[in-house]
Amino acid sequence: MTTQPEGDAGAAAAVAEPAHLRVNDLRVTFGTDDGEVRAVAGLSFGVQRGRTLGIVGESGSGKSAASLAIMGLQRGKRTTVSGEILLAGENLVTASAERVRRMRGQEMAMIFQDPLSSMHPYYTIGDQIIEAYRVHNDVSRKAARARAIEMLDRVGIPDPSRRVSNYPHEFSGGMRQRAMIAMALSCDPSLLIADEPTTALDVTVQAQILDLLRDLQKEFHSAIIIITHDLGVVAEISDEVLVMYAGNAIEHGSVQEIFSAPQHPYTWGLLSSITRLDRTRADRLRTVPGNPPSLIAVPPGCPFHPRCQYAELTGGLSRTVHPPLETVSPGHRVACHLAPETRTRIFREEVAPTL
Amino acid sequence: MNGNPVNGSDVTGPASTGPGAAGEAPAGPSGFLKDPTPAAPATAVPAERPATAPAAIEAARGGDDLVKVTDLRVHFPVSKGALIPRKIGAVRAVDGLSFTIRRGETLGLVGESGSGKSTTGRAIARLLEPTGGTVEFDGRDITHLSSGKMRPLRRNIQMIFQDPYTSLNPRHTVGSIVAAPLKIAAELSGDGVKARVRELMELVGLSPEHLSRYPHEFSGGQRQRIGIARALATGPKLVIADEPVSALDVSVRAQVVNLLGDLQSELGLTYLFIAHDLSVVRHISDRVAVMYLGTIVEMADRAGMYEHPLHPYTHALLSAVPVPDPAKQHRRERILLRGDPPTPLNPPSGCRFHPRCWKAEEVCGTVEPQLVEIQPGHLAACHFPEERELV
Repeated sequence: MTTQPEGDAGAAAAVAEPAHLRVNDLRVTFGTDDGEVRAVAGLSFGVQRGRTLGIVGESGSGKSAASLAIMGLQRGKRTTVSGEILLAGENLVTASAERVRRMRGQEMAMIFQDPLSSMHPYYTIGDQIIEAYRVHNDVSRKAARARAIEMLDRVGIPDPSRRVSNYPHEFSGGMRQRAMIAMALSCDPSLLIADEPTTALDVTVQAQILDLLRDLQKEFHSAIIIITHDLGVVAEISDEVLVMYAGNAIEHGSVQEIFSAPQHPYTWGLLSSITRLDRTRADRLRTVPGNPPSLIAVPPGCPFHPRCQYAELTGGLSRTVHPPLETVSPGHRVACHLAPETRTRIFREEVAPTL
Repeated sequence: MNGNPVNGSDVTGPASTGPGAAGEAPAGPSGFLKDPTPAAPATAVPAERPATAPAAIEAARGGDDLVKVTDLRVHFPVSKGALIPRKIGAVRAVDGLSFTIRRGETLGLVGESGSGKSTTGRAIARLLEPTGGTVEFDGRDITHLSSGKMRPLRRNIQMIFQDPYTSLNPRHTVGSIVAAPLKIAAELSGDGVKARVRELMELVGLSPEHLSRYPHEFSGGQRQRIGIARALATGPKLVIADEPVSALDVSVRAQVVNLLGDLQSELGLTYLFIAHDLSVVRHISDRVAVMYLGTIVEMADRAGMYEHPLHPYTHALLSAVPVPDPAKQHRRERILLRGDPPTPLNPPSGCRFHPRCWKAEEVCGTVEPQLVEIQPGHLAACHFPEERELV
């Protein structure tokens, strides 16, 4: 049970082992004055321990809504969550709020984009880690403090026995993110969700944090979900990638497949519209026309069809029927009405040369 | 406050028209009138302000350089004590920059947070008054021009801001936002302004029917287009774009990057493109300057900078950016820097990068390396420059 070294075995291994987190037909809707927001509309995926799933999508694609639902943090009056979220076999959707609260922190933890706003400014870093640890472990304050220092040391905070008494504002952005990771990992959770963990950081600090996450995963053997819009970060850290659009998964596969043989036109659009560090592109980028849809009025049929330049090739199907996420090769699923051979041909002839 | 960059004296707001601007005597013994906010580096009070700006000498116009920056310094004083504030130091946000921007080119300015790249942009746009050095625009020294003298020049220098949500006034319609610079310039009649606004909306890919709507009715990408239309209203020569696409989603970002490119070739614009995203800068820039703690550590054309960078900091920066290609990414050489960038309040002696540099030797801690040309057109400030391939 070791981490796949950058996932060569990829999808094949993924099928063999049971998933630690299994999400089946997850739906999250919010009632608003303007109408019902279907933030997540039938999402299904699994993650095993020791592996990292990257979830990619633009704002409003439902990636954060899904992760908050997994953490049991979507329980507002006007929010409904349905489907199944199975963590080690236990369904979190039907579990009591108290049970989910116990598991949160112990079994699953989350780190957020902005560590300054997700830490309490009034308490020291140490107090916040100690509190989180003592909620789940019956230990003395002294033992919890020792644990806090140990965790701060583990995530690379220099001089942890002194730093443990600092307040969040006394830490730099990178150190705060390390401290938040220390807090999240203090109870040794088996599932870690990182929502844009490096977006607010400078690139040199981002590289440090991604390295840290990878090392910690090897050590703690946790399942990690990393949510990001940065395809470079995904390529760097994920074993598998899930691409979301308008509340749905439109493509899911091993990181190699998604980057070398993507099959969904939206994935093509993402890959060809990014500027690249490693090459100079043509003067104009190939773009996806238009804007992501509003989740109140998701287009019928395939939600991507109004922006898809290949929609006409489906004989009108894309305008009326929602395409299911279908397996095209082991571990690679795509939700698209185009015939598989058409997709392969378009990618090879029209898209790949522009990447 | 960023509502309207054209309106020069307003936009700087607390930055340079606060009580400090008048009260801050050159190196005053104890600035009683100083803004009492303790240690706020954003309180941009120029440390020294000559009584009158030296009459800008109309240098010979023309030449290839639209902007010439020489030894530019912007320091923000830091004071301590609530009742009797005294100056305890200065944030040396920009500390001795020299570079030029040629007509029609895009100069990319990259660096991490706190490197001084935004301050540089604001100093060139004269939203801040430099502490030292000179800024020449189109052959004219604008370093210390008063806001009155600056106003007629502002039509030539415009800015695009990062956050399309806060840089547009939510209570103004799009039409009045885009028309504002034209009304200040006061060259066109009412009908002329209307026609020009419609023309601008089409230029940036928005429908003129949207003119009576408010900013909140638009998506992030559309708002950024509005910001661009406003910046282009007066027909500027130089556009300073400060992180113009960082807040946008991937697919929308590409649209705006394309738009900026199209506008440049259509209108012959010159861009200073400030960003922390090295891949966007590679795409859009002709030349690139890398900043670290208020200084330029390396400057080269695009190919030189990305294909054979010379400065160790550039090496670290480039190697830290993951490329969207898993096989390649896992083969790449990674240079992990220790720690965070030091504070510009008290930059390290000698080469500012030396405490984090794996190549540092004794000389690096004592002698500040100068930005010198190492290969034709490729400058680096390093005692031990070395070509390396990292992307």
